Amino acid sequence: MSTPSPKGQLTRDEVAHLAHLSRLAVSDEELDLFAGQLAAVLDAVAQVGKADVADVAPTTHAVPMTNVMRADVARPSLARDVVLAGAPAAEDGRFRVPRILGEEQ
Amino acid sequence: MSDTLVDYDEVLTRYEPVIGLETHVELGTESKMFCGCSTTFGAEPNTQTCPVCLGLPGSLPAANAVAIESTIRIGLALGCRIASWSRFARKNYFYPDIPKGFQTSQYDEPLCTAGHLDVEVDGETYRVEIERVHLEEDTGKNLHVGGSTGRIHGADHSLVDYNRAGIPLVEIVTRPIPGAGAKAPEVARAYVTELREILLALGVSEVRMEQGNLRCDVNTSLAPIGSLEWGTRTETKNVNSLRSVERSVRFEMRRQAAVLDAGGRVVQETRHFHEDSGSTSTGRSKEEATDYRYFPEPDLVPIAPDEEWVEKLRAALPELPAARRARLRDEWGISPTEMAWLVNAGAVELVSDTVAAGADPADARKWWLGELARRANDAGTDLGDLAVTPAQVAELIGLVSAGTINDQLARQALDGVLAGEGGPAQVVESRGLAVMGESDELVAAVEAAIEGNPDVADKVRGGKVQAIGALVGAVMKTTRGKADAATVKRMLEERLISS
Repeated sequence: MSTPSPKGQLTRDEVAHLAHLSRLAVSDEELDLFAGQLAAVLDAVAQVGKADVADVAPTTHAVPMTNVMRADVARPSLARDVVLAGAPAAEDGRFRVPRILGEEQ
Repeated sequence: MSDTLVDYDEVLTRYEPVIGLETHVELGTESKMFCGCSTTFGAEPNTQTCPVCLGLPGSLPAANAVAIESTIRIGLALGCRIASWSRFARKNYFYPDIPKGFQTSQYDEPLCTAGHLDVEVDGETYRVEIERVHLEEDTGKNLHVGGSTGRIHGADHSLVDYNRAGIPLVEIVTRPIPGAGAKAPEVARAYVTELREILLALGVSEVRMEQGNLRCDVNTSLAPIGSLEWGTRTETKNVNSLRSVERSVRFEMRRQAAVLDAGGRVVQETRHFHEDSGSTSTGRSKEEATDYRYFPEPDLVPIAPDEEWVEKLRAALPELPAARRARLRDEWGISPTEMAWLVNAGAVELVSDTVAAGADPADARKWWLGELARRANDAGTDLGDLAVTPAQVAELIGLVSAGTINDQLARQALDGVLAGEGGPAQVVESRGLAVMGESDELVAAVEAAIEGNPDVADKVRGGKVQAIGALVGAVMKTTRGKADAATVKRMLEERLISS
């Protein structure tokens, strides 16, 4: 992970890292372009920092509920031809994907 | 490229191993973790999928109640603290076996933390501290096509089956285990063995390692003896049998010692275990490890087990294997060592069931560890896979103690049972195996033995009583083992000595 940049700025390295994590091919020119654009987005989001939250408990969820569960009952699945209909490629009843590079499973 | 290895005993003269285990357990629920798709093993590819487990846009997960209770029960059985507030998190990475682009897992708020499991190796107890137990979902299965060995290298493309994607998966992580020394490989194996027993007792998983219900990642590091710091660890992935757990630790100790001896540095990396050679090879280096960008799962609300719920689950826990073994040891009047033999042979439940079917514990142990262990060994199967039930073994033992058959005939009866000829009594009947009484046939056999061996008979008459064994043997041979040796001996004595 590259070193975090000062608030409101984004380095080319950080953008390149994010692009890699998102599997996006980004050119050198685009790195500069997106660094500026993403910085503007971050600035916009940073405005929530101005809100007074001294009396607000932290939350990650809009709905104050817990323990929502489903009974362990099996239900019919989709038919395989329906499942594979959305696949770019299929073979032997399986999704066909390009050669996987990197880690051996 | 083959690695340089140091002799195992020599490793221990210079280094102290530290091990650690991450164990993944597929729960035996009816349906998947976040959807209603079936979890049945061996179904046709991609016939157990739906929009949720395929990660189609707009689909929403719903947590499986049994999977959550099973995870809490595992935590309780391992003496863990059960969190009063727990959340799922997204672990983001790209790989074809993860259709959503992230795995729903748990990160900093797991369901269970801070437990322990005591394991025994050669009469010594080692405490394994449990760091955490959390709940996540399994991945799909990749099939690599076009490579020479089905491996990814040289593969032309891959085929993915998502039947397994979304099956509830519990991850149990130990803290580093120091201090096991030469026993480190055995402690690793004993831990997985005991964990497996607990999971079986809880009934939360079938824990069939060959089907991948239970998979281990084994961490191993070495530090020079007396060093205050632990060494760099490697993580051997997907070690899928008890024997392999032990072998992978042993191999890594020997390999890492060679690296350190040569003045090198152990690289922190994942490694792959090879069943055929018992060796490991390099996988992905941690230095290029993925940045998972964990964040709380917005589509699932937190799990907050209250005390009442947890205590209800605790009260309903079954007797755990260690307590059960202690109780059976008392009931059967055997030593810890004798119990260890039964455990190692996988015979505790078989003996227990045989005793429950009416057999004497000593007889039950004798049969399972003796004749039956021999048969299993010859056939190359596990004791439990022999074609004879504990009830049938109890019946066999009953026939011997009633004097209907002797041990030798019992072995013949067992042949029949294993060959599918029916139960012991049935086989004794159909093969005519019952011990001969003092019938005319037996009298004739005894007299024939005396007439056929006049020299021996004379010796016995002359006072060499121990020579009678040869005559007994002759009678047993003519009667094909069906006579009772004690009866035969008495009949011979009546004719040669008492007259």
